[in-house]
Amino acid sequence: MDSDDEFMSGLSSQDEDFGGVEESDDGSLGDEFDEDNPDVGFSQDKDIKPGKKAYEVDFKAFSPEDIQSHQDKQIDEVSAILGQSSEATAILLRHLRWNKERLIEAYMERPDSVLETAGLGPESAQAPTTKVVKGFTCEICYDDIPGLETYALKCGHRYCVDCYRQYLAQKIKDEGEAARIQCPTNGCHRIVDAKSLDLLVAAELKSRYQVLLTRTYVDDKENLKWCPAPNCEYAVECGVKKRDLGKIVPTVACACKHRFCFGCTLSDHQPAPCLPVKQWLKKCEDDSETANWISANTKECPKCSSTIEKNGGCNHMTCRKCKHEFCWMCMGLWSEHGTSWYNCNRFEERSGLDGRDAQAKSRQSLERYLHYYNRYANHEQSAKLDKDLYNKTERKMTGLQLTSGMSWIEVQFLDTASQALQTCRQTLKWTYAFAYYLQRNNMTEIFEDNQKDLEMAVENLSEMFEKPTAELAALKVDMMDKTSYCNKRRVILLDYTAQKLKTGEWKFNVDIAMGA
Amino acid sequence: MAQKRIVKEYSELQKKPLDGMRISLPSEADMHQWQILIDGPKGSPYEGGVFTLHLSLPTEYPFKPPTLSFKTKIYHPNVTNDDKGSMCLGMLRADEWKPSSKIDAVLSFAKALLLEPQPDDAVEGGIAREYKENKKEFIKNAKAWTKQYAKK
Repeated sequence: MDSDDEFMSGLSSQDEDFGGVEESDDGSLGDEFDEDNPDVGFSQDKDIKPGKKAYEVDFKAFSPEDIQSHQDKQIDEVSAILGQSSEATAILLRHLRWNKERLIEAYMERPDSVLETAGLGPESAQAPTTKVVKGFTCEICYDDIPGLETYALKCGHRYCVDCYRQYLAQKIKDEGEAARIQCPTNGCHRIVDAKSLDLLVAAELKSRYQVLLTRTYVDDKENLKWCPAPNCEYAVECGVKKRDLGKIVPTVACACKHRFCFGCTLSDHQPAPCLPVKQWLKKCEDDSETANWISANTKECPKCSSTIEKNGGCNHMTCRKCKHEFCWMCMGLWSEHGTSWYNCNRFEERSGLDGRDAQAKSRQSLERYLHYYNRYANHEQSAKLDKDLYNKTERKMTGLQLTSGMSWIEVQFLDTASQALQTCRQTLKWTYAFAYYLQRNNMTEIFEDNQKDLEMAVENLSEMFEKPTAELAALKVDMMDKTSYCNKRRVILLDYTAQKLKTGEWKFNVDIAMGA
Repeated sequence: MAQKRIVKEYSELQKKPLDGMRISLPSEADMHQWQILIDGPKGSPYEGGVFTLHLSLPTEYPFKPPTLSFKTKIYHPNVTNDDKGSMCLGMLRADEWKPSSKIDAVLSFAKALLLEPQPDDAVEGGIAREYKENKKEFIKNAKAWTKQYAKK
């Protein structure tokens, strides 16, 4: 702690070294992601930005139509390789959770068993039609009236069309099934294919069926995730794998502007990795109020560290657990108090010091948590307040246009500033959760400096929003400067943290590797 | 549609009853609620007892599975040890049920379960553990319960 300066000077040169290392390292990590992602359908459109920062990942947002056409493209491609109809190929692909390579390999080795397990059994090429069978009794409803329309999949299990329809409707509507609906026969695992469905199912269910099918495509693919924003129908593609989540925080942005973590689909939580974030949220949920209360209202027994609330009475405490007798005021041994009961003025005595030491130690972890939690919560709260303030300002933006004669485009700096504030506060918030789980070393000093710089920049900008609208026009240039400074500080902080995360230089006091 | 099938299944089971089972309708007006009496199968710890079961057919039957429950208390890993006596495994689960499955299969399934419990799909973890680790104790308890609750 005393040698702050040494650490700083030592690190700043080291820091430059890392600048060089970072580029090559960044490249290799990128390659690794690419190798893991041999998905031709999507990776073509991948844009690799030239000056990519360490905290940025490649991603792309897809509309429902995009997702559909990607599916179709892959089906066509594989269908040509396997020599199967596109219906059968679609079933096979869904059956193997869209793992194209595995499907082709397995199919080449033993086509019959692959078809069988996917519910496609021995082929008897015929276009699906319903038909009337003489002397037929439906095994579901026991109806046997002559002229009953019936249907069977290629397995030959025949039922009346009404029963088939009701069966499919229930699967699609009530159970949300699509890709893996089986023949209604007990023990028959043949999958109802898209053509049969088309033939039997009512139009309004068909669209639902399509939605469900598309959904399974995204759900099955490791490199696709639904945007978690309410009512957003887009999916985002990103090559970061679960096992990489200890080394990178993959924040992606959907076409709807929502920024979320591809690893855990929570809102953007850079710079903190997914696992600490999860633990932090859990801890906050469980502990925060309790910890605050404990901190304000209790002390620990100097001997056994049990938490004690003094709810009245004198200063002569007897720990209920270990029977240790001490003074609530000075935390010293009660036996040394002599006759000066009820009036402790023995602050400097040895036993009191020891007592307070023990107290301080057990308090430390609690206070440490509260230190980070309060700052975390503060930024969360401030982000909300900033937003409120901005909403008020927005209404005044119209006024500003009138009073200062500025055009709509010229008052947009307020919008830009507000968005920068939101993003920076989001980052700041998570720097505290990150720091809570961080073990101290000389890099944490740099981290904290970055944190402090960003915090100051943010507070300076935030302050400007409180100015009366009339003054805002004159402050435009200043505000734009402060906005870009905020963004710059944020990039510096995130880049530094992400670099060290990639190289595994941060030491955490929790496990950060997924599935470890 | 369901009515026709239920009536037919019921009359077929009356014509050709399953071994050791008697089926009746508690209310003639309601074909959806059946009562079944099962004799504890020979060679099982339930031998000598008679168990009352309740079979309820949902309005969506046969597209949704029937629910089967023990009205007589029974010491069994797959039957809840409460006043419901419910079971939820195999073909009784909505995702495994197929509309072509018949009630006689459901009842045969229940009987087979008395002969051979499925501890890996248990609703009563404690009984399942005992069944797997201390069969002797399980048999003793199951017999005692049969004697106490399922006496003819």
